[in-house]
Amino acid sequence: MKKISNLTEQEVKHVAKLAKLNLTPQEVKKFQEQLSEVLTYIEILKEVKTEKVEPTSQVTSLENIFRKDQDQASLSQKEVLSGTKETHQGFFKIKRILNND
Amino acid sequence: MELTQLSISQVQTGLKKKKFSSVELVNSSLEKIKKNNPKINAFLTVCEKEALVEAAQADKEINKIDKPLLGIPIAVKDIFCTKGIRTTAAAKVLENYIPVYDATAVKKLKEAGAIIIGKTNLDAWAHGSSGENSDFGPTQNPWNENYVPGGSSSGSAAAMAAQMAFGALGTDTGGSIRLPASFCGVLGLKPTYGRISRYGVIAMASSLDTVGCFGKEVRDLAILLEVMAGHDEYDATTPKQAVPNYQQNLDKKKPKLKIGLPKEYFSQGLEKKVEEKIREAIKKLEKQGIEMIEVSLPHTPYALAVYYLIQPSEVSSNLARYDGLRYGFDRTFFSDEAKRRIMLGTYALSAGYYEAYYLKAMKVRTLIKKDFEEAFKKVDLLLTPVSPTLPFKIGEKIADPLKMYLSDIYTVTANLAGIPGLAIPAGLVDGLPVGFQFLGPQFSEELLFQVAYQYEQLV
Repeated sequence: MKKISNLTEQEVKHVAKLAKLNLTPQEVKKFQEQLSEVLTYIEILKEVKTEKVEPTSQVTSLENIFRKDQDQASLSQKEVLSGTKETHQGFFKIKRILNND
Repeated sequence: MELTQLSISQVQTGLKKKKFSSVELVNSSLEKIKKNNPKINAFLTVCEKEALVEAAQADKEINKIDKPLLGIPIAVKDIFCTKGIRTTAAAKVLENYIPVYDATAVKKLKEAGAIIIGKTNLDAWAHGSSGENSDFGPTQNPWNENYVPGGSSSGSAAAMAAQMAFGALGTDTGGSIRLPASFCGVLGLKPTYGRISRYGVIAMASSLDTVGCFGKEVRDLAILLEVMAGHDEYDATTPKQAVPNYQQNLDKKKPKLKIGLPKEYFSQGLEKKVEEKIREAIKKLEKQGIEMIEVSLPHTPYALAVYYLIQPSEVSSNLARYDGLRYGFDRTFFSDEAKRRIMLGTYALSAGYYEAYYLKAMKVRTLIKKDFEEAFKKVDLLLTPVSPTLPFKIGEKIADPLKMYLSDIYTVTANLAGIPGLAIPAGLVDGLPVGFQFLGPQFSEELLFQVAYQYEQLV
């Protein structure tokens, strides 16, 4: 494992940007400290030899669970839109998320 | 005896014999909630009107229809979607969210006749070990208001301890049922991964999330699991494996039962008073002729580190959907713990770090799972503490995330391996509850119930 336990302020800001979180300067400092501490703790995993170990991503041993490709009853348009305040002709009305440039 | 003290099985009998009505039961729960909830903060939403209407209906049906939970008030952690009832995950982001469908577990409870008495508090998004991360204020431990009830299913455990409901639903991703059960002195079951459908549960970490329940007696857990377990076409992780009749075989005893005591769970870090209490329980079981064998799960010291890579990675992915576009508020409404986990996960999955962090953690997860498989070749079950410490004070660990995370050191292993765990009260130390847990191989719930039931008869 690379030695990466000490997060820089830039890294915290970068990660926050990737996750679309807005942080205040105080938050950046606080999270830098707290996340570095957790990452330092996690370094304990370096002790474990895993060259020949297969990763476990799920524990059910179930594979390829499919259903028949048949149409089923679904929620009505009204129900689907019930969680939003702004609709337009049966659609969600949202703010622009892409800019022209 | 007050109605609220009764177990589900006692209430079933009482209702059928018309000793009391469902309306009376619902009112008894509502009275407890009205009296104590302003302080304990176990419920975020109380379904008073709906519950009373349903109870009146149940009273009409009680001797006509045979449903296991007909007319019985059950509390539901506010992370399960409930049709027409606000569901917040105790997060401001979802403060006004009203689902248009029921989670499968809730649907099955309703089909069995249960009455949803209310939605219980939790650490927001189920992120936490104390209940303090709720965006709507912490829950207090009913045994002592200055102490945490444990989390993340804080409200469900506290509601059970304060007799506000006859059973409660929770979720357990790294200990979120077993830890609060232990801190509140009630029983808590985390079944095998996939035994109960997760459909309609606000997702935290999908490879670890498990639906389970709280109860006053082992039989109550058996009743609830029987109702909720089974295949669901909306959750591909639920196998088509038959659900046993858990109740029927409760008093059976497996001959020559062997229970393993993993030495890594009884080592440094375990508070002495907690250990003493658990050793007392072990002695009681030994006197019953159960053989106790020391075993080793050598990768235990790495489990929490594995968990704090896999879990936040999956959290960062699951919480990416909250953009405030279709429902809920935008991402500026996330509070600190969600932000920490999202960032930790985003970092662990980001280019250049994926192999060093996430992939490494998945490999060590394999070794942890193998440890259990090896142990279960030698013993039928394992017995371990739930928490290394007694319940701690509100505010004690909130400013130190790593210290808080360490509360889950004995519980995360079961989630990583996908095995079931049952937390049982061992008694009180300094007026605060202590619990231990049985862990078994995947789909060994029946045996867990039997041994827990045997223990229950001794105390």
